[in-house]
Amino acid sequence: MAEMIPRTRTIVTGTTRPQMPRHIKMRHDAGRGRWIILAPERVYDPDDVAVAVLKLCDAKRTVDDIAATLSTEYQAPLDVVTADIISMLQDLADKGVVTAA
Amino acid sequence: MGLLMELTHRCPLQCPYCSNPLEMDKPNIELSTAEWQDVLRQAAELGILQIHLSGGEPTARKDLEEIVKTAAEVGLYSNLITAGVLLTRERLQKLAENGLDHVQLSIQDADAENADRIAAYKGGLVKKREVGRWVKELGLPLTVNAPLHRQNIENLPKIIDLALELGAGRLEVAHIQYYAWALKNRAALMPTRAQFMKTVEIVEEARERLKGILVFDFVVPDYYAKYPKPCMGGWGSGIMNITPSGKVLPCHAAESLPGLEFDNVKTRRLADIWLNGPAFQKFRGTDWMKEPCRSCDRREVDFGGCRCQAFALTGDATNTDPACSLSSLHAEWVKVADIESAKPAPEFVYRRIGGDKPKRETAETDAG
Repeated sequence: MAEMIPRTRTIVTGTTRPQMPRHIKMRHDAGRGRWIILAPERVYDPDDVAVAVLKLCDAKRTVDDIAATLSTEYQAPLDVVTADIISMLQDLADKGVVTAA
Repeated sequence: MGLLMELTHRCPLQCPYCSNPLEMDKPNIELSTAEWQDVLRQAAELGILQIHLSGGEPTARKDLEEIVKTAAEVGLYSNLITAGVLLTRERLQKLAENGLDHVQLSIQDADAENADRIAAYKGGLVKKREVGRWVKELGLPLTVNAPLHRQNIENLPKIIDLALELGAGRLEVAHIQYYAWALKNRAALMPTRAQFMKTVEIVEEARERLKGILVFDFVVPDYYAKYPKPCMGGWGSGIMNITPSGKVLPCHAAESLPGLEFDNVKTRRLADIWLNGPAFQKFRGTDWMKEPCRSCDRREVDFGGCRCQAFALTGDATNTDPACSLSSLHAEWVKVADIESAKPAPEFVYRRIGGDKPKRETAETDAG
């Protein structure tokens, strides 16, 4: 029998380097004119903010890096942006859409 | 939008709750490889995002690799719904290389002997464990699907452990839906209300404990629910089902409804069938509804439940599904579950031509 690999919940913090696993596919759907995320037996309909965050989830940037970029881009307070991103990514991590690199 | 492709009705397993119709398509009328590939191209053009390769047992088709390859080429997200027992590692690897996105593996029980009895297939669970391991080794995401009923319900905690052991990211704890073979076997499958409530408790606890590790999808038996399920998310609103011989159905049980005409992909374009086909038009939206559905606040939440169940139990497909507490037949219908589940379970009528006793041969006849 295969050795059981212990798995733990990904807890998203400022130093997490998030990525979308290979089987999660985010793409722009021309027919619908919006972004979609294809996942096992699920289709998600991310809003503009989620799309902006997920595009930066490249396994290299940390959550803090992403927050800094978007805080400048959207001219929003860094602490608010960071908290929003962590909460959003935690939710996506619990759904299996995002993992930590 | 999703497309359920029943590639074949052949299956080495004989589960008595199979969702296939009692009258199954024979292999010689199945669509060809080229016909399925054409369906995939049309589906992508129509805006379908995901396809579910199902059956019967989809791996009984030798051309599954080619079908998966075409799906990936046209940008469809592919999901293989399999019992696993016919797979080899080489085949699964080929499927992965050809762009398969996800595997859903069915489990009849965590107890090997009982699992084999339910499926009337020897050595099934041992093989499934092996397949689960290959899926993970090949880097594919895995969902375990566990249909739940009175003959395996006590093992739910062990089924959850098994899903974890196999490395699944999702677990579907799916109480049986009583159509087709399952309706025939209802008395042998229906859990008691107390057993059902216990599963709610177990899943709630496990969902919290395994947050971020295992995602749960929980399907309740509508005999014990207050409102009916929005069957297929609403008739003709997001899902299409194609039978092995190419008939396009608004739901996999729709052939049980009399007087409906089903188009075939051999003679009509998929987009035209979806938009204008008489079977899809029949119960789309809310215009067909009678009271109490017509004026109900939930009419666009659950769409009056399931048309097939409404017909099977009331003789009129436009009636409210008796699963709804607003149906005049609801109280009587619920009693059936309480009565049947309290009696000793009768023998299974296995899924095969003729039913009753499991046939002796296993994979050989269907492995193709």
